[in-house]
Amino acid sequence: MDNWTFGITMVVVGMGGTILTMWGLSLLMGLLKKAFPYKKEEEGK
Amino acid sequence: MFEAIVNGLYGLIAGFVSLHWSNPVMVGLGCLLLYLGIKKGIEPLLLVPIGFGCILVNIPLAGLMEEDGFLRTIYDAGIATELFPLFIFIGIGAMTDFGPLLENPRIFLLGAAGQFGIFLTLALALALGFSKLDAVAIGVIGACDGPTAIYVSSKYAPHLLSAVSVAAYSYMSLVPIIQPPIMKFLTTEEERKINMGAVKKTVSKTTKILFPLVVTVIGGLIAPKGLPLLGTIMLGNLMRESGVVSRLTKASENEIANIVTLLLGISIGATMDGRNFLTPQTLMVLCLGFVAICLDTVCGVMFGKLLKVLSGGKVNPLIGAAGISAYPMAARVAQREGQKYNPKNFLLMHAMGANTGGQVGSVMAAAVMLSVLKGMGVI
Repeated sequence: MDNWTFGITMVVVGMGGTILTMWGLSLLMGLLKKAFPYKKEEEGK
Repeated sequence: MFEAIVNGLYGLIAGFVSLHWSNPVMVGLGCLLLYLGIKKGIEPLLLVPIGFGCILVNIPLAGLMEEDGFLRTIYDAGIATELFPLFIFIGIGAMTDFGPLLENPRIFLLGAAGQFGIFLTLALALALGFSKLDAVAIGVIGACDGPTAIYVSSKYAPHLLSAVSVAAYSYMSLVPIIQPPIMKFLTTEEERKINMGAVKKTVSKTTKILFPLVVTVIGGLIAPKGLPLLGTIMLGNLMRESGVVSRLTKASENEIANIVTLLLGISIGATMDGRNFLTPQTLMVLCLGFVAICLDTVCGVMFGKLLKVLSGGKVNPLIGAAGISAYPMAARVAQREGQKYNPKNFLLMHAMGANTGGQVGSVMAAAVMLSVLKGMGVI
């Protein structure tokens, strides 16, 4: 594989993969927050 | 007998005779690192052992990095096996509160944008003629995360380890100088004044415990080659949030982290043999590392501006700069810059969210990069 193809692939797939993964994690965390909402009484624990 | 005396005396000056021109230069560089660590307080925990290791390895004939030399033994045990950066990651996970990030999960995206400099610098290094794996090691300086940079470079470009490590830690400590001009250039005064309000406590303990598990499983499935990095930082965080293994948590963030930091630092210093370090390639690595941090900041702030638009003006783009990792300096820089323009602005907790997002992002970006490399058959 030549450097040009390698570089472009890394930029596109690397940046795209990172942001998609982090976006997916942010969605999952949003879901977790809804599934396990914060209760005030937790503060005392 | 006279010959024996002469030979004995020669033994005492052999070190001086064997000096290469690069050795005194590197001893000077080691002293400079010690000065920065001791006198200026810049990353002293790392710069002191790195500086001293650099001095040790540049004294000829001691053979500290030859087979059975004590520095070689430490290097082989912890750097060549990749164990030291992973132990450090357990400590980082145990020290980090991901609460501010979980309060506003959208901020994860800033942690991703703050890593774009890794990939852009990788492309730049390729364009400058570096080999594929060298470019990967150079790009990862943009993770602004010492252990990640050490892990990747020791695995795929060990000859660049010293340059990459020195660049990563030096530029991390220079974040308060590098970032503000870029933040100011890319944002308007109105944007810098945006008040994001107080961070409300809305994350349950269950969510905080599930966070490291979800990140490990999902991240590991997407980027299995980076699982050692992800798994160790998340193990540390799980121990912290579970609250049931406080002895292990304290050991991870204190004793283990301290011992490994000492051994890691001295091992990195030991790779700074003048004959290998003083090359044009090292200078290029240092320059590209600087470019990587700048590009990270640019991408983070620009993504912050995008989030500002999407949120209807509720996000202050300055916190995007904290998405580069470099915890917690980058968050403090965002707070300080925000308060310059609006003294009532308290961005710190929001910036801490972006900053911890950057920590996850830097590990995730490295993991994605390694998995893409594996997918392409490069590693």
